[in-house]
Amino acid sequence: MHEDPSPSDETSLGYPSELLAADQSYESVTETIASVVLTKPQPRVWFFGFAIAFSLLMVFLFAVSYLLLRGVGIWGINIPVAWGFAIVNFVWWIGIGHAGTFISAILLLLFQQWRTAINRFSEAMTLFAVACAGTFPLLHLGRPWVFFWILPYPDTMGVWPQFRSPLVWDVFAVSTYFTVSLLFWFLGLLPDLATMRDRAVNRPQRLFYGILALGWRGSAVHWQRHQSAYLLLAGLAAPLVLSVHSVVSFDFAVAIVPGWHSTIFPPYFVAGAIYSGFAMVLNIVIPVRKIYKLESVLPMRYLNNMANVMLATGIMVAYGYFIEAFMAWYSGDIYDRFMMFNRAFGPYGWVFGLLMLCNVIVPQALWSKRVRRNTASLFIVALFINVGMWLERFVIVITSLHRDFSPSAWSMYYPTIWDWATLMGSIGLFLSLLFLFIRLMPMISISEVRELVAEPWKRKARA
Amino acid sequence: MKMNPPAPRQYWRSLEEAAGTPEFLDFLHREFPSGASEWTDAFSRRDFLKLMGASLALAGLGACTKQPIERIVPYVRQPEEVIPGKPLFFATAMQLGGYASGILVESHEGRPTKIEGNPDHPASLGATSIFGQAAVLDLYDPDRSQSVTHEGEISSWEAFLAQMSDALRQQQAGQGAGLRLLTGTITSPTLASQIQVLLAKFPRAKWHQFEPLGRDSVRGGALMAFGEDVETQYHFDKADVVLSLDSDFLFSHPGSLRFTRGFTDRRRVSAGRGGMNRLYSVESTPSITGSMADHRLPLRASEVEAFAQALAAELARAGGGGGGPHGEWMAPLAADLQANRGKSLVIAGEQQPPAVHALAHAINHTLGNFGASVTFTPPVRANPVNEMDSLRELMADMKAGNVEILVILEGNPVFTAPCDLNFARGLSSVKLSVHLGSHEDETSALCHWHIPAAHFLETWGDTRAFDGTVSIVQPLIEPLYAGRSGGEVLDALTQAPVRGPYDIVRDFWKTRNLWPDFEKGWRKALHDGFIAGTAFPETRVVFRPPDIKGGEKQEGIEIIFRPDPAIWDGRFANNGWLQELPKPLTKLTWENAALVSPATAESKRLANGDIVEIRCRGRHLRAPVWISPGHADNAVTLPLGYGRERAGRVGSGAGFNAYALRTSGAPWFDSGAEIVHTGECHSFATTQHHHSVEGRDIIRAGTLEEFLSNPDFASKMGGLPSREDTLYNPSEHEHAGYAWGMVIDLNTCTGCNACVIACQAENNIPVVGKDQVTRGREMHWIRVDSYFSGNPSNPEVSNQPAPCMHCENAPCELVCPVGATVHDNEGLNVQVYNRCIGTRYCSNNCPYKVRRFNFLEFNGALTPSEKLGKNPNVTVRSRGVMEKCTYCTQRITAARIAAEEADRKIRDGDLVTACQAACPAAAIVFGDIHDPNSRVSKLKKHPLNYSMLGDLNTRPRTTYLAKLRNPGPSP
Repeated sequence: MHEDPSPSDETSLGYPSELLAADQSYESVTETIASVVLTKPQPRVWFFGFAIAFSLLMVFLFAVSYLLLRGVGIWGINIPVAWGFAIVNFVWWIGIGHAGTFISAILLLLFQQWRTAINRFSEAMTLFAVACAGTFPLLHLGRPWVFFWILPYPDTMGVWPQFRSPLVWDVFAVSTYFTVSLLFWFLGLLPDLATMRDRAVNRPQRLFYGILALGWRGSAVHWQRHQSAYLLLAGLAAPLVLSVHSVVSFDFAVAIVPGWHSTIFPPYFVAGAIYSGFAMVLNIVIPVRKIYKLESVLPMRYLNNMANVMLATGIMVAYGYFIEAFMAWYSGDIYDRFMMFNRAFGPYGWVFGLLMLCNVIVPQALWSKRVRRNTASLFIVALFINVGMWLERFVIVITSLHRDFSPSAWSMYYPTIWDWATLMGSIGLFLSLLFLFIRLMPMISISEVRELVAEPWKRKARA
Repeated sequence: MKMNPPAPRQYWRSLEEAAGTPEFLDFLHREFPSGASEWTDAFSRRDFLKLMGASLALAGLGACTKQPIERIVPYVRQPEEVIPGKPLFFATAMQLGGYASGILVESHEGRPTKIEGNPDHPASLGATSIFGQAAVLDLYDPDRSQSVTHEGEISSWEAFLAQMSDALRQQQAGQGAGLRLLTGTITSPTLASQIQVLLAKFPRAKWHQFEPLGRDSVRGGALMAFGEDVETQYHFDKADVVLSLDSDFLFSHPGSLRFTRGFTDRRRVSAGRGGMNRLYSVESTPSITGSMADHRLPLRASEVEAFAQALAAELARAGGGGGGPHGEWMAPLAADLQANRGKSLVIAGEQQPPAVHALAHAINHTLGNFGASVTFTPPVRANPVNEMDSLRELMADMKAGNVEILVILEGNPVFTAPCDLNFARGLSSVKLSVHLGSHEDETSALCHWHIPAAHFLETWGDTRAFDGTVSIVQPLIEPLYAGRSGGEVLDALTQAPVRGPYDIVRDFWKTRNLWPDFEKGWRKALHDGFIAGTAFPETRVVFRPPDIKGGEKQEGIEIIFRPDPAIWDGRFANNGWLQELPKPLTKLTWENAALVSPATAESKRLANGDIVEIRCRGRHLRAPVWISPGHADNAVTLPLGYGRERAGRVGSGAGFNAYALRTSGAPWFDSGAEIVHTGECHSFATTQHHHSVEGRDIIRAGTLEEFLSNPDFASKMGGLPSREDTLYNPSEHEHAGYAWGMVIDLNTCTGCNACVIACQAENNIPVVGKDQVTRGREMHWIRVDSYFSGNPSNPEVSNQPAPCMHCENAPCELVCPVGATVHDNEGLNVQVYNRCIGTRYCSNNCPYKVRRFNFLEFNGALTPSEKLGKNPNVTVRSRGVMEKCTYCTQRITAARIAAEEADRKIRDGDLVTACQAACPAAAIVFGDIHDPNSRVSKLKKHPLNYSMLGDLNTRPRTTYLAKLRNPGPSP
């Protein structure tokens, strides 16, 4: 598709000498990004894509309505497999929601300035993914209308949640993560919203962006406070990246089910989350970059960097798989040994095989620079990883449950049409939100990219 | 000018118009409508107004008649009046195939809700079978027929009486030559005497009996061996060595509840008592009896005769060297039997031909068991006949056009009669056919008149147990619909003065002069549930060696007919509890399957669910195959009772109808069948897919020898982690009060499933349907797991009932986010339905997988009559809520209230759980483990006691006694 035109712009250590092409100016950056929303006609692809996403969203709403009407029995869950697609999807979406904050906060703190081109986008993606994720724990409840019993509120009966349950921890972890991610994203958006307001071509636009910009005038005081708040939030968000998926992994690790009860789960889940998050960013950025012709602000080397992160986290995940198997053998525990054997060779062995293909074998292609620097191949690898990470959660949730301690209760899990409708529908929800975001918000941080234009010397010094 | 008719006349005419509506007719013909009996399925406001209007109009008329006094006597407590919230217990009896089993029925404010065994009744000893437990659901079955119908149109009892008396008047001339009565097996003294009256009035009328799962061959065997019909009484409590010749005596015999107790009592071991009986079982179809066997030999049903003959010959040789067809199996058996003369017992199955029964008698005679473990009494049946011959005779008469009136008292012969007799065609030539039945079934569809039968909990009657003991059947509720008893129909035939079912039974017993003071004796009989001293005395028999020709060798595939282990002969097909009950060993629900052995499946290339066509003697049947480990090779078992077309909403269309291949000549097995693939597949709803313990600490088993040489062998297989191995203070939550616990003895559990249905009845457990069972969502709080070990051609089976373990360190409690499952101070792991939000995390974390989830609104479609049957002391759970065994917490509370009222502690035995109460083997013991003298505490100290998956440190309160087998020394 698009080979990077200037691989020679790198220092001998492989760092980029320039993050942006030399011909970029303040005006060109602003125009490139803002015009997508304000002036340029939306490409036909947007309408086409939004139509598909919105249709899927309708499928989601239909599936959810039917679910609320009938109960979770419309899904394929049973005893012993009492958790099915809902939990798989929840963990998958939460994982996808990890890239945003990782890119924004941790890379910001690490002064990885190539992040600026993708942080806005990935933060939005995080929010939408967490929103998708958040629906599943509620929907999977037998009685979703009393979900709030899981919250610690002063109940007249004096009843509190049961704080030893990881599900309660989950509520705190996910809601905190969502709140901080939302604030972080909005704070970063403020200067750009003001830019949009100022460049607005009609009154509705002016009103819309004007209200959202909260009176931003770009004064030095504004900038000073904005920057310190942004850094502070980044500092707050960074540990959350690690904590959220650690807590999600406790849902499994705290239980005694063979295949769940494992101390490696927190780091292994975090690595997996970043892995799938970056894959999802790539899956979205690559087409967007092409459609909106953003190659100038999103050069190939950024994609290359993301591929490197995927390769690194992918290896960590593979290590996790290996250690799980090793510990099952090394512990000598008959239940763990059987679990591992059943995972690989049992009735769901084919899922495990696919998982290995998607998450371990295919991503090894990223060792090749040619693969990393080719948008088409990168897109395909990222797609494999996204599917692979979903399969990983399927393997953990379902194959562990379907054959645990009591052989008499062993059974199979077969998803129903409603399981699939909810999964596909949640993708529709995610994509719909994303299409609206592209349509309504500057998808790349104007102010931060402009910083890159402004201070090439600073970058050179750091490089 | 045209005058209007006078006003009063107009009034009556409009009432007659009102009388034209079925509801009103129904009302008219019942003198004493009670609230409960007026219920109909969909009661509209309009109907209500109609009824109200009519009852106002008739209020004055009703007052003219004196209400008869029919006293029923509560069993346990006799309060001055019914106290709301306090159940009353009434003793009565339930019959199956004519034979009674005594029961106590729990009644809440006039609604029978739960059936328990009558501890004093000889055929119950306090236990119940699955049928007894499930009978209460039949009472409230919304599909029961609700009115008299004539050719499909709703009619009335009076109209029936009118037509009947016309028809009978015509019969009078020919002395009833065209009158036929068809009943099941009758043991009821009252019915029998009424029939005698009928036959006296119409001397040329005939009474035929036919029971689809009849005991003709038992009778035939007695005739062969003794020249007279006698009832054989087996005393398993006196037998050390038992040989079953294809007999499922732990399940399908009229005395099986008592047999189970006697048999299992001799299997209980303790540190001090090491004696244990030994069961040899020769059987074709794996049964629960076979699963208890110490030595089991799978043989085709047709080969049992040759086996029995060889054994008889072997024993006659008095210890001669082996040989014969199964020498290596038979020689030690013969030696063992010889060594236990007078203490052994040989029993032949109802499905074996008379010759096998005669051979069993011969062997028992040779072994000196007569008078010891085997005794004889006169037949319990009122008029013992060969029922198959009796039915044949009736068919011949019907085909010849000699039958003008046929009255069928209960039973469903159109469905159950042998296919070669073609009952339906014969029935069409009858001029006036009447069917008394609980449902509008296959037979009533072809009869002119259908009379709804009253359920045994609704009407009066009497019956005999297998030993002759008479029980008076007393009702607990007015008939819900217009049900009539068999006695009332017979009264209609004899045109006796109108009397109710109460008077029919009472009048008969008045004439018997049993008691000096009738009223006192009658009350005592009702109170006790049986008439003491009516068991038949032992009779002496003279054994004549029967002349038995050798059974010929059968070729080809053999088909074997068996009662279904859940719905019997099909009469329980509309009972949801029984339909959803996982059948022993196969764990199939909602349908039957053609059972074949693994080897036969392999040679015929069959897999589970393959639909095959079974051809035999020009008839054919399509049936799905189920591979049954331990089944005899080259044979296929077809359980009877399924394939009903008009059973009701629950049972219609489930399974295949094996009666379609069953002929009068070969009612139990036939040879020369063919199995033909159809290439189609069927999906079964089973509740257990995996029958291996996978080397896990789930079942502990050993042999008696191991136990005697090393009594602690089971506990040495692995103990619990120490209580001190914790970061917390181990005595933090110590509690001095009650500590509930349970012990289940795997050594005596037969896997009969009574506990499963008892729990379902007690705890309002919903029926979810085949589709939901297929999805793994059955709701039983206690399940019976069957684990197989050894060679699939003849595996060892271990049955393990699994209720909630009530773990002291319950993994489920830790993970619930809202604290909906918590521990109480007496050690119960309680589930708070109101608090549960349905995350199902608890179930995931339960290593025993005993939690059940309401995936959908399983109680949403309850009809009003089904609601009547619910236990008012147990919450009916709604959608989205987890549930599980509570150790019958409502019973604990009731016992606690009673104890506190009496200012004492709950005593051991005050309190039994529903599963424990039903268990015929007394394998389940529940109680306070803090009380060192309670039975459960003593069993917890039993050397065989172990905790399932105890290595997980869950510290279960439900523990098991390891299973022992007692194989003979050599085979």
